[in-house]
Amino acid sequence: MMNKEPGPAIRATGLTVVRGPRTVLRDLGFTVPAGRVTGLLGPSGCGKSTLIRAVMGTQAKVTGDLHVLGRPAGHPALRARIGYVTQAPAVFDDLTVRQNLEYFAAVLDPGRRAAARRRENVTRAVADVDLTRHADALAGNLSGGQRSRVSLAVALLGTPELLVLDEPTVGLDPVLRRDLWDLFGTIAADRGAGLLVSSHVMDEAERCHDLLLMREGGILAQDTPDALKTRTGTDTVEAAFLSLIDQAAEAESESAAGAARSRRQESPR
Amino acid sequence: MTTAPLSPARTAATATRVLRQLHNDPRTIALLLLVPCLLLLLLRYVFDGSPETFDGIGASLLGIFPLITMFLVTSIATLRERTSGTLERLLALPLGKADFIAGYALAFGTLAAVQSLLTTGLAVLGLGLDVTGSPWLLLLVALLDAVLGTALGLFVSAFAASEFQAVQFMPAVIFPQLLLCGLFTPRDQMHPVLEAVSDVLPMSYAVDGMNEVQQHAGITGDFVRDVLVMVGCALLVLAVGAATLRRRTA
Repeated sequence: MMNKEPGPAIRATGLTVVRGPRTVLRDLGFTVPAGRVTGLLGPSGCGKSTLIRAVMGTQAKVTGDLHVLGRPAGHPALRARIGYVTQAPAVFDDLTVRQNLEYFAAVLDPGRRAAARRRENVTRAVADVDLTRHADALAGNLSGGQRSRVSLAVALLGTPELLVLDEPTVGLDPVLRRDLWDLFGTIAADRGAGLLVSSHVMDEAERCHDLLLMREGGILAQDTPDALKTRTGTDTVEAAFLSLIDQAAEAESESAAGAARSRRQESPR
Repeated sequence: MTTAPLSPARTAATATRVLRQLHNDPRTIALLLLVPCLLLLLLRYVFDGSPETFDGIGASLLGIFPLITMFLVTSIATLRERTSGTLERLLALPLGKADFIAGYALAFGTLAAVQSLLTTGLAVLGLGLDVTGSPWLLLLVALLDAVLGTALGLFVSAFAASEFQAVQFMPAVIFPQLLLCGLFTPRDQMHPVLEAVSDVLPMSYAVDGMNEVQQHAGITGDFVRDVLVMVGCALLVLAVGAATLRRRTA
């Protein structure tokens, strides 16, 4: 994987998603490179989770071209190659942390012969999210932050080539957030895995290699944090994001006003 | 790797996981195992003056208990999987739908076997239930009922958005079968329309099967028919239940 030039982990063109009467994602085009951490940022309700579910192949009514690790999104062969964390922690509350991980590990890497490898993987994943002391506690008895870490640990089992994480650091304390972002960077650098991490916390954006900024179901910008700051003449990603949003809103109101003007001119009265 | 319709290792892992969840919830296990026994005990002394009535109703109930309890447990358990996001996560992993369903059927089937052993044992040995045929055949029918209950529970959980709705499916799906299965009055004495309806409801065959064992020494042709219908029904409903597990949702 290291000697061959890897293709992008995710490539989308003309990606559109309809939910009920609403078009949630409209004609998106973007790439998520391998070996880098890509941050997916935008206000809540802008379509981040829908985009992530489309990538995972769990979203219905997806049109356009969406390739993940070289295959169409949702292809069965992808299921063992992607680590996925949903926004709400998806773990069994009536199992202990270790029992949860043992089950998901057995689904990923089944069979008696893999038992030793699974044990190793589980122990490592528990340590990665700093839950070793709570390994034998029921997930339902843990705090919210601890439960989301169990959910994250599930995604870290095995050696996924792509990690798709929907707001994995919500509700975590600053020390743990820093440690997890360090871990994300290590996974990208050492394993060459691609990471797509959604967040609405802008200071986390500085830790990403690339950023996808979303607004109202569209991609506002895709670039590195530095390039975005330079382009907008700002000091922080947050300021850059706000400036881009204002520009977009201005352009929209201008074109709306222009359209209204031209409608008035065309109308016979 | 993911092309095989059923992976024995993943099915076993799923069954182990479901049993571990139950193991961490001892009160549910106690209720599942003890309540049917207590109800049988109650029934025995309700019909203290007419043991023949107890023989008839008791045998039928041995078939009905596992169906009802497994229906309830499965519908709630799979509803929780759907609403908590664990089902979405599992289906995004290399877990086949058949692994998921067979895992549940295996885990709850095991529990049902223990439950049926206790109730059948209590009824035959402790409460003097008069069975002409082999008690093992009673056990076989009880197990099939449990699998049928698991299948029905899995199926209806697809149509419930909350635990409130799931519990309401019990009167909707189970009670009509209870009324029509021949427990209260022989099916051939019902209105012909109802008799025809009862002919297509699986619980009727559960009760018929139990009565065959209760009244006949050997394995009768009717008993074989009842068992086959129940197996077919369980497989059919499980297959339909599998179709309700969607990898892609809106």
